[in-house]
Amino acid sequence: MGYDRKIHFVLLISRQGKVRLTKWYSPYTQKERTKIIRELSGTILTRAPKLCNFVEWRGFKVVYKRYASLYFCMCVDQDDNELEILEIIHHFVEILDRYFGSVCELDLIFNFHKAYFVLDEILIAGELQESSKKTVARLIAAQDSLVEVAKEQESSISNIIAQATK
Amino acid sequence: KFSYFIKLLLSARDMIRSIRACKTAAEERAVVRKECAAIRAAISENDQDYRHRNLAKLMFIHMLGYPTHFGQMECLKLIASPGFPEKRIGYLGLMLLLDERQEVLMLVTNSIKQDLNHTNQYIVGLALCALGNICSAEMARDLAPEVERLLQFRDPNIRKKAALCTIRIIKKVPDLAENFINPAAALLKEKHHGVLLTGVQLCTDMCKVSTEALEYFKKKCIDGLVKVLKDLANSPYAPEYDISGITDPFLQIRLLRLLRVLGQGDADTSDTMNDILAQVATKTESNKNAGNAILYECVATIMSIEDNSGLRVLAVNILGRFLSSRDNNIRYVALNMLMKAITLDTQAVQRQRATILECVKDPDASIRKRALELVYLLVNESNVKSLTKELVDYLEVSDQEFKGDLTAKICSIVEKFSPEKIWYIDQMLKVLSEAGNYVKDEVWHALIVVITNASNLHGYTVRSLYKAVQTAGEQETLVRVAVWCIGEYGEMLVGSAGVLDIEDPITVTEADAVDVVEAAIKRHPLDLTTRAMCLIALLKLSSRFPSCSKRINDIVLHHKGSLVLELQQRAIEFSSIIGRHEKIRSALVERMPVLDEVTYTGRRAGSVPAAVSTSQGAPPRIPNGVAKPTSAPLVDLLDLSSDETPAPSSFGGDFLQDLLGVDVSPASSKGTNQTQKSGTDVLLDLLSIGTPPAQSSSSTLDMLSPSQDNKSSVDILNTLASPSTTPSAQASSPAGISPMMDLLNGFGPSPSGPETNGPTYPSVVAFESSSLKMTFNFSKEPGNPQTTLIEAQFANKSPNIYSNFVFQAAVPKFLQLHLEPASSNTLPASGNGSITQKLRVSNSQHGKKSLVMRIRINYKVNDKDVLEEGQVNNFPRGL
Repeated sequence: MGYDRKIHFVLLISRQGKVRLTKWYSPYTQKERTKIIRELSGTILTRAPKLCNFVEWRGFKVVYKRYASLYFCMCVDQDDNELEILEIIHHFVEILDRYFGSVCELDLIFNFHKAYFVLDEILIAGELQESSKKTVARLIAAQDSLVEVAKEQESSISNIIAQATK
Repeated sequence: KFSYFIKLLLSARDMIRSIRACKTAAEERAVVRKECAAIRAAISENDQDYRHRNLAKLMFIHMLGYPTHFGQMECLKLIASPGFPEKRIGYLGLMLLLDERQEVLMLVTNSIKQDLNHTNQYIVGLALCALGNICSAEMARDLAPEVERLLQFRDPNIRKKAALCTIRIIKKVPDLAENFINPAAALLKEKHHGVLLTGVQLCTDMCKVSTEALEYFKKKCIDGLVKVLKDLANSPYAPEYDISGITDPFLQIRLLRLLRVLGQGDADTSDTMNDILAQVATKTESNKNAGNAILYECVATIMSIEDNSGLRVLAVNILGRFLSSRDNNIRYVALNMLMKAITLDTQAVQRQRATILECVKDPDASIRKRALELVYLLVNESNVKSLTKELVDYLEVSDQEFKGDLTAKICSIVEKFSPEKIWYIDQMLKVLSEAGNYVKDEVWHALIVVITNASNLHGYTVRSLYKAVQTAGEQETLVRVAVWCIGEYGEMLVGSAGVLDIEDPITVTEADAVDVVEAAIKRHPLDLTTRAMCLIALLKLSSRFPSCSKRINDIVLHHKGSLVLELQQRAIEFSSIIGRHEKIRSALVERMPVLDEVTYTGRRAGSVPAAVSTSQGAPPRIPNGVAKPTSAPLVDLLDLSSDETPAPSSFGGDFLQDLLGVDVSPASSKGTNQTQKSGTDVLLDLLSIGTPPAQSSSSTLDMLSPSQDNKSSVDILNTLASPSTTPSAQASSPAGISPMMDLLNGFGPSPSGPETNGPTYPSVVAFESSSLKMTFNFSKEPGNPQTTLIEAQFANKSPNIYSNFVFQAAVPKFLQLHLEPASSNTLPASGNGSITQKLRVSNSQHGKKSLVMRIRINYKVNDKDVLEEGQVNNFPRGL
């Protein structure tokens, strides 16, 4: 097994083939991205259940796992540890689950930006950043509360202005 | 004013809702278009309040695959704004909408630099994340000092982000790696798992780009790393990092990976880690995925570091256990790893052969593919027969989409390891019969080469093929090989020559053999290669089986009307040879000489026994000159001479060019007088080509053989064409060319050539048959030398009136033809009147190429349709 590896991209695709999240850690043009998504959804969505979770594709491997209506896919190098990638996918799903409170596809549609914020606390540059779910949750919560505070300030300022101009 | 419009903007949530409510793609596009227009308006207004919301919407639109480049600058503006919420969405947009190749990215360098120095650690985190995900080489250089400093930041969550960011930086600019050695090594001493995890990863990546780093970590860090791994492996339950009873498998895997890098090629370092590797290999629970992931990584490390036989046994045992697992994922990785183990311990992998062979038949395509690759590596001289049998048997029941891979591998194995030719031929016939439609061209080409070389097996092979096509006539490549062999060795099929002891005797009549070829030509109506091969086989059989000659001619003639020019032309030529040139026919269609295996065998492994005589790669050329219908077909069909077949563009020059598919430019050769040549000689030249002129009339054996000398063939063609190169030779040219025309077109008397070559062009009899004569009169428009006006005049030589008279003409691409309406469509009998029709021809190669034309005349005589066709190539020079 070699050691030149990283995650090249992460895809979340619904069973209907809709894209729910894409994150590219290697450069692909917009055209390539569209093509990759089309190709892979064709391959992965049609695979029968109970087969192995790996698909060989263009000299790379795509590790995928289905959770309810969503397929989580990660593309890695030929030599990467497929079993570990499965664990990383599960790690991501568990953190999402904890964050949204039993996550479903709709959460990821309407709060897609939050799903990205979570992913950014787990992966950087296609490498795993944190193995503790608790730490990730804590960091996300801290940042969310920063946003809340800013919003409150904003509305209180506008209240003050509104009262002053009454 | 726009502001009003902006107020109408939907919230991101509402937009998503309305997009989801769309029932058709068109509806969705309409919603998106409206939203994008509003967002653009807001952007041009430089609206502040909704910027953040609009970017969120743009990201969603981007995810749906619509263009969003106009939002890129909005990301930069948000990143530059002071508040955390704006920056957070701005950086997200930056990573989503841009990548490292966009120039816009350079504009953000300064903002990122400021944010890396921000007092709010979360803003620092955002900047690091963006930098790690999309930074370019230039940014890496500019911002490396900031990142280096952040590796020592007080908060560990920033240190871990900085570590991963450093990986990106040193991948972009490897020179920078040395600056990071010390801070990276310091990370390995941390307690925080996130920092350790990323630090170990960073050190691994640094070893790849810097040997200095590698040496440093070997010396200073190995003991620490071993200790960390030991602590983890023996750790009591640690809820924060626990995954199914294992403490932080992610960190364990990364440690194993770094140990592998450090231990490779270094016996002392490898020694240091033996104990811990043995411990991980024996103690890790293998009932859950996380444990197996560690074991898998551990096996990889054991196999990469310096040899320790005890550890290797452990590793191979783990793989054996994996292979017999019921979990598909585990079996997949086992096959994957056994591929690597095979170089270390072939015997151990060979022991698993039966299990691996079972995996080839797995319902899971990923596993099958891995297993097949592995089987391929396991084949050797001693097990080739049994393994091939298994694979060929499986070919019968395998999935359609797997047959391509499977046949390719079987053929490759058979070619590489076949102990004797008869076995090779048998196996190949099985594969062709079972999955002939999946076999690649080079495979059956190679088979033909082997067959020609196995002279004692010709009879056996052709009989086996005969039997095989009876049951598997739908397998195209099988049919091709069968047709080729029947053409070559037809008499051995009928005469039962060289029967081996193992054969069941069969009786095949000449008609049966022709049946096979006829069935093939009918069965594969769309496959040019097969049909072309059939025509050649028929030509050969016409000589081998004189009794079937008439029937063969009928089949061949059937293709005279083929819409494929290639087949049409060949059919006409072959039928002429069959019908009119019996004397030379048998010499023309001699058996192909033995094809030189060395020429056809490409790369061959030295390990293969010398007795094995097959090709492994693509043969450089095609046996029997079949196929390649696109380039100069005649040359290919008859295997004339050279690899460098003339470009098809030369096609459609003058008649000779057209016929021979060789570029014979009039200026290329002069002087040799060809008029002495008899028709046979011309024909020989036409078909053999490549033997020097002196031999061509005598040594007919060489006729269809491939020639090494490309030049000589061109010479012959040139000399053949030379009569038409100079006006003085013009007069003699009909004598030289007519036999050939006679042969190929069934022309009657040779057309008379022009007498003079003055400024006014003489009339020519362009076409004459027993019933019809066509005369061309030429004139030029002044000032337009390229265009020739032709007046065609038709005369009826028969005593019957021709009605519905229609004249058609066709010219090659370099000419343009315009036909005026004819003066009449009734042609009076016995020359008592004529029809005239004007033609206008423009010659784009005026001065280089002569006019040439195919003609076709339809008419009714006594209520019967008559069709006359011909080619006009006796145009005066210089038109």
